[in-house]
Amino acid sequence: MRSVQILLADDDPDDRMLLADALAENGSAVQLDTVEDGEQLFDYLRRRGPFKKLAGAAPPTLILLDLNMPRKDGREALRELKADPALRRIPVVVLTTSRAEDDIRHTYDLGGNSFIIKPSSFGDLVEILKTLSAYWFETVKLPEEAVAK
Amino acid sequence: MSHNDSHNGKPITILIADDDVDDRMLARDALAECRLANDIRFVADGEELMDYLHQRNNYAEPGSAPAPGLVLLDLKMPRKDGREALKEIKADPRLRRIPVVVLTTSKAEEDIYRTYDLGVNSFVTKPVTFEQLVQSMKTLTKYWIEIVELPAERGN
Repeated sequence: MRSVQILLADDDPDDRMLLADALAENGSAVQLDTVEDGEQLFDYLRRRGPFKKLAGAAPPTLILLDLNMPRKDGREALRELKADPALRRIPVVVLTTSRAEDDIRHTYDLGGNSFIIKPSSFGDLVEILKTLSAYWFETVKLPEEAVAK
Repeated sequence: MSHNDSHNGKPITILIADDDVDDRMLARDALAECRLANDIRFVADGEELMDYLHQRNNYAEPGSAPAPGLVLLDLKMPRKDGREALKEIKADPRLRRIPVVVLTTSKAEEDIYRTYDLGVNSFVTKPVTFEQLVQSMKTLTKYWIEIVELPAERGN
């Protein structure tokens, strides 16, 4: 199996740090990259602007997507991701503080692979990431190369 | 205060589409090992799956086809196979939000690509031994039932 890389899109620096810490707490070998909004997410995925140096690198194994972000929010980003034949295979897990039924329904309607509510405690976040990693990286078969040739 | 209290404890219906009688029994036994309080239903092919989801033909009777919280879908089935059923489900605005996990013996890259392209929520290869199947089912159900928020089931 190729090395596993999570791309986290979240505008909150504290949340980004907590996620990195929670992954480390699990002793996870997962590589974590972060972007701050939907615009940056697409710059990263399409290797544009500050991410030009990533040209040719494998796409992320899994995207964790916050919904409420400036510039381009998670809903718009998800719609664009799942409409793009070159990107739509990459599993996208929405990770958000929203509990709104509308957001949950809308995420699945747009083709989001799952919807997870950000827990309020660090301990719960560690547990969630443990189960998420066991599922996506040990149980599921991922598209080996998510970006269409 | 739990992170998943919005549906925690509320049993969901897991609908398994698989034409192989032995595989259906193994899946049921593996899920039983997970001590789930959920309602497990089976259909034998893609046609029956679509009848169930649309509550028509053999499933027209009210209450005979509770809306599934999760569908486990085999790929190789007679009449209508898993790929066709997946395509139909994910193209139907009334059904597409139901999470579908492909559970198949296939490990073919082509199958993996194509099912993700069609919008599958994830792809799991059926393990060879019963112990591995139990482990996969434990992880799968823990993820989808305890961690993930599922869309509200449609009204019957």
